[in-house]
This record gives sequence, C-alpha cells and structure tokens, in this order.
Amino acid sequence: MLDILGNLVTGVPMTLFLTFGALLVGVILGIPICMARRSHHPVLSNLAAAVIVAIRSIPPLVWLFLIYFGLGSGILRLSPLVAALGGLGLITAVNMAEIYRGSLAAIHAGQWEASQALGLPRWSRLVEIIGPQVARISLPAVATYAIGLLKDTAVASIIGVPELAFKGTYLSQQTFKGLEIFAAVGFLYIAMSLPIAWVSRLVDARIRQRVAQ
Amino acid sequence: MSEILGLWLEWLPRLLGGLWLGCKVAGLSLILGIPLGLVLALTVQAKSTVLRAATLVVVEIGRGTPALVLLQLAYFGLPSAGLTLSAMAASVLALAVCAAAYTSEIIRGGLEAVAAGQKEAADALGMSRLDKLRFIVLPQGLAVALPPLLGFSITILQGTSLCFAITLPELISQAYAIGASTFRYLPALVLASLLYAAICIPASMLVGVLERRLGAHHRA
Repeated sequence: MLDILGNLVTGVPMTLFLTFGALLVGVILGIPICMARRSHHPVLSNLAAAVIVAIRSIPPLVWLFLIYFGLGSGILRLSPLVAALGGLGLITAVNMAEIYRGSLAAIHAGQWEASQALGLPRWSRLVEIIGPQVARISLPAVATYAIGLLKDTAVASIIGVPELAFKGTYLSQQTFKGLEIFAAVGFLYIAMSLPIAWVSRLVDARIRQRVAQ
Repeated sequence: MSEILGLWLEWLPRLLGGLWLGCKVAGLSLILGIPLGLVLALTVQAKSTVLRAATLVVVEIGRGTPALVLLQLAYFGLPSAGLTLSAMAASVLALAVCAAAYTSEIIRGGLEAVAAGQKEAADALGMSRLDKLRFIVLPQGLAVALPPLLGFSITILQGTSLCFAITLPELISQAYAIGASTFRYLPALVLASLLYAAICIPASMLVGVLERRLGAHHRA
C-alpha cells in the first residue's frame, strides 16, 4: 500500500498546478466577464449572460475534448496540459464572474454613493473601494469552488495530463490492483482538499477580524 | 457549412442514442441516489454517535472523491474484489454513490430550513416522531430542497460524460468514436456539445423558474 501511495503522490504536484493554474486564469478572466455581465449596454450584458450559460451547460470533459481533439485536429495544436488549463480556466472564469456578481450585489449602495461623493474617479472607486470588498465577500465561495475544481481536474487525466488520476489509471493497468489504487487516489484527493478548506477558513477569519477592528 | 449540416444529420441518430443512454444512467443513479441521500440526511442527525460518524464518513468520501475516480473504482477496482460489473452497472453504482452523498447535504439543508415552530407544534399536538417526520418535516423540507435537487440532477447528467473513461457508449464516447473514424473531431464534438446544451439550458431555466415560484410561495 505504501509503495502505491508513494507512486501516486508523484501526480499530486500536477493536480495542484492544474487546480491553482485554472483558478488563477478564472479569477482574472472572471473580472471582465462579470463587468460585461453588469454592463448597461444591453447587447454586451446579454452576450455575457449567454456565454456564461453556454459554458456552464457543457460538461468539463466535453470542453477539454473540444479544445484538445476538436481544435487540435488541424486548427490549433495544444499540449494536453495547456488544453486542460484552458478548458478548466474557461469554466472557472464564468463561475467566478457569477460569484463576483453575487458579491457585488451584497455591497451596500452607500459604498458607491460615498465614493462618488468623495469625488473618486471611476477607476479608483472600483480598485480601492469596491474591489477589496468584493474580494473579501467572494473568498468563501471561491474556496468552495477551488475544492470542487480540485476534483474536476481529474478529467484532465483522460486527455493525458500526468496528474493524480492519470497515475492511478496507469498504475492500475500495470498492476491490476484497481481497488487499492483507486481507493488511494480518492484518499489523496480528500487529503488535498482538507488543507484548502482549512486555509480558507483561517484567511476568512483573519480578514473578518481585521475588518471588525 | 452545408457539408457539416449533412454530416450532422448523418451522425445525429447515433449521438442521440448516446445521449439517451446518458439520460438513462443519470435517471437510474438519481432514482437510487436520492432516496439514499434522504436516509443519509436523516442518519446524520441521529442520536447514535456511531451512526452519525458512519454517515459523515460515507458523505465525505462520496463528496470528496472525484466522480471520475468513483467510476474507475467501480469499473476497474471492484473486479479485484471479485465483483465484475458491466460499464452500465458500474456507471449507475458510482454516480448513485456520488448523488447520495451530495443530495444528503441538499436534503439536510432543506430539512433544517423547516421552521422550529412547526416541529414544536407537532410535538405539542403529541405526534409520534415518525408522524412528525412524515407529515410535517419532510413535506416542507423536501419542497425547499426540490430546486437544488433538480439543479444537481442536471450536474449528474453532465457527469455521465465521465463514463467515457469506463467505455460506456454514451454521447461523448459516440462523438469521439465518430471523430476517430472520420478525423472530423471538431464537428462531431460541437454537435455533442449542442445536444448537452439543448437539454441543460432549458432544464436550468426551468429550475430557475421553479426556484422563484417556490420562493414566492414561501414568502407569501
């Protein structure tokens, strides 16, 4: 059992890289999507809404296939890792946009009014007043999403990214000890999600404390 | 473009067959998973510490393990324990475990949303524990849990795409096979995506409408 775990653990860094890579892509790309969704321009906001719905209604594995096999067959050849980061990043981005939208709705109108009354330019109003509050309110939802994303990265194994689930599949084909191996894979995913949950609770508590002071 | 439409028409029956198989797998795993989720939602509130702990372990394993790994465990893992399942049976089993774990949390949330006064009133009327559950808590709690349960059903339907990994001939397997034999991966996969979207978009809109309706009812 220990040698199985030792072998599987070599896939953990790639799983974590995929998770945080896709999260980074999504956290950044989610901002313009959210702004487009909230735009007063009806074409832009409806387009953003349609894109969000379309991306969410197609399963992650299908996105990875569309990018890796679909685009890959003659249009744009990507490595499995880039295709997986792109696909998962895209899905994360629209979900982040919806999380940000929810957080923006939770911000008191007085915050906008006060920053306007102070004569702050539009940009610094967003970056210095509203942005930090959105980040703080979004944090628990983003952490929950990150744990879900960690598990979603397993689909990258199907297009050949050498992460944890891939190592499990490979090892089970080599040894025919499927039961122990996939149980160990599942255990490792659970073990990885625990520290993420713990850190996010810690950070959330810290921020709350600072804001309360 | 007309060439692609021609190809799509030719492929459509095969892909629809794959989609139907995915719907069947999703339906069966929900039929098995949701009642099990209800049981888990009740046992997690049980007085017995052992029962509560056992439920928590089941739920956390079911929710913490990627669905893909559960599928592989059922299909590639169980044979080494002497239980060989068909791709279909393994898919239903793995997704049912996944559904039970997730829906138990959804249902627990719904049951907890039932106002305390309702339970107190049932106690005051001298209702037995079972009657209180049957006539007071479950009807109200499940009504609250219904929209998220339907939303989760859509997720499970999307999750059937993972059964590709265990050779179930569902929608994505069919699209991939068409791509592999014709080298037209992109049009085949785009059609498969459109089929998913054609089911999931109206379904999630319906869930949204239901959510608002039920919300209005509860406020009234």
